[in-house]
Amino acid sequence: MEKEPASKVELAPDVAGGEVPTFDVTLKVRRYNPEVSDEAHWDEWKLTMYGTDRVLDALHKVKWEHDGSVSFRRSCAHGVCGSDAMRINGRNRLACKTLLKDLDTSKPILVEPIKGLPVEKDLIVDMEPFFQSYREIMPFLISKGHEPAKERLQSSEERDRYDDTTKCILCAACTSSCPVFWTDGQYFGPAAIVNAHRFIFDSRDDAGDMRLEILNDKEGVWRCRTTFNCSEACPRGIQVTKAISEVKQAILTRKV
Amino acid sequence: MPKTLTPAGTLYRGREGQWSWVAHRITGVVIFFFLLVHVLDTSLVRVSPEAYDAVIASYKNPLMGLGELGLVAAIMFHAFNGIRLILVDFWKDGPKYHRQMLWGVVGLWAVVMIAFSIRHLSHVFGG
Repeated sequence: MEKEPASKVELAPDVAGGEVPTFDVTLKVRRYNPEVSDEAHWDEWKLTMYGTDRVLDALHKVKWEHDGSVSFRRSCAHGVCGSDAMRINGRNRLACKTLLKDLDTSKPILVEPIKGLPVEKDLIVDMEPFFQSYREIMPFLISKGHEPAKERLQSSEERDRYDDTTKCILCAACTSSCPVFWTDGQYFGPAAIVNAHRFIFDSRDDAGDMRLEILNDKEGVWRCRTTFNCSEACPRGIQVTKAISEVKQAILTRKV
Repeated sequence: MPKTLTPAGTLYRGREGQWSWVAHRITGVVIFFFLLVHVLDTSLVRVSPEAYDAVIASYKNPLMGLGELGLVAAIMFHAFNGIRLILVDFWKDGPKYHRQMLWGVVGLWAVVMIAFSIRHLSHVFGG
C-alpha cells in the first residue's frame, strides 16, 4: 500500500477535527396507511442530531433506527431530483435542503405530505395528476420548417428571457402550495405553467401559440389568484408568480 | 418509542400573499351580501315609497352604524387590494413589490378608516 500524499491544504491543528455540535429535536410525522386505517395520525420521535443535519437526515434516522415503516420519497438527497418535497412546519420544502438548525428546535418539527394530491402512504403522494398537467403543456421543443444543418442559434439575451423557468425540478412544492390547486385539482398549477413559460419564451420554439391556447383554458392561468405561495415554496428560487403573470400577459397581447 | 397523537393536519403557513387573498375573498363575500340587501331595499321604492322610508329609518340605530363601519372597512380593503392585484398582474415589477404594495394597501386603508371612523361614529353615537 502506497502512503497517501500529504494534503496540499494547510490547516491549523485547531481547525481540523472539531466536534460538530449536537442537539435534540422532536420530529412529528403525519402517518397514513390505508391498509391499517383510514385515519391519519401523528407519530413522534426524539432524536439527537448534528448541526449539519437536514430534515431528510432526521427522517433517515427514524427509518433506519426506529421505525422502518415510515415511508417517504428521496433519490439524490441533494436538492436536484425533486423527490422529497414535503410540508415542513406548515410550509412546502425539500427535506434535503432544510437544515434542522434553521428550524425552531424548541418545538416539535412537523412533517406532513404535500397538500392537494392523494396521499398513498405517509409522506408519499400520487404525483400522476401533477405530471398529467405537465404533459398537457407539451414540455418539449417544437419547431417548424427544416432542421438547421448546424445548431439552433440563440443570443444570450434570448436565452435570458426564460432562464428562470429552466430551473424547475418538478418537485411539486409550488403546485401543492397553491390554495386554488387544493380545492380545484383540475387547475394546471404553477409547475405546469412554469414549464410552459420555459418554451413559450424560447426563441427557438414555434409552438408558443398552441401552449398559450392551452393555458387560456378556464383551468389555465386565469385560475391564478397571485397568493405567492408558489414563489415562496420553490426550492430553486424561481419567481413562479412572475412567470405566471408573464404568461397571462402573453395570452392577452399575443406577444412573447 | 413512538407515541401516537391525535390526528390533525396543520394549516398551510403561507405569508402575506395567502392572507391578503383570504381577506380579499372574505371582504368580497361581505360586499356581495350587502349589495344583495341593497338592491332589495332600494327596489322597495318602486313598490311603495313609504315602505322604503320605513326600512331606511330602521337602519338608523347604533348596531347598523357599526355594521356600516364594517362595510366601509371591507369595501376599502377590497378596493385598494384590488388595485394591488391588477398591478401584480399588469405592472412589470408588480410581483417583485407585491409585499410592499400590500403594506401600502394596509396603510392607505388605515388612514381612510381612521378618518371615516371619527366622522361616522360621531354621527352614529353623537345623535
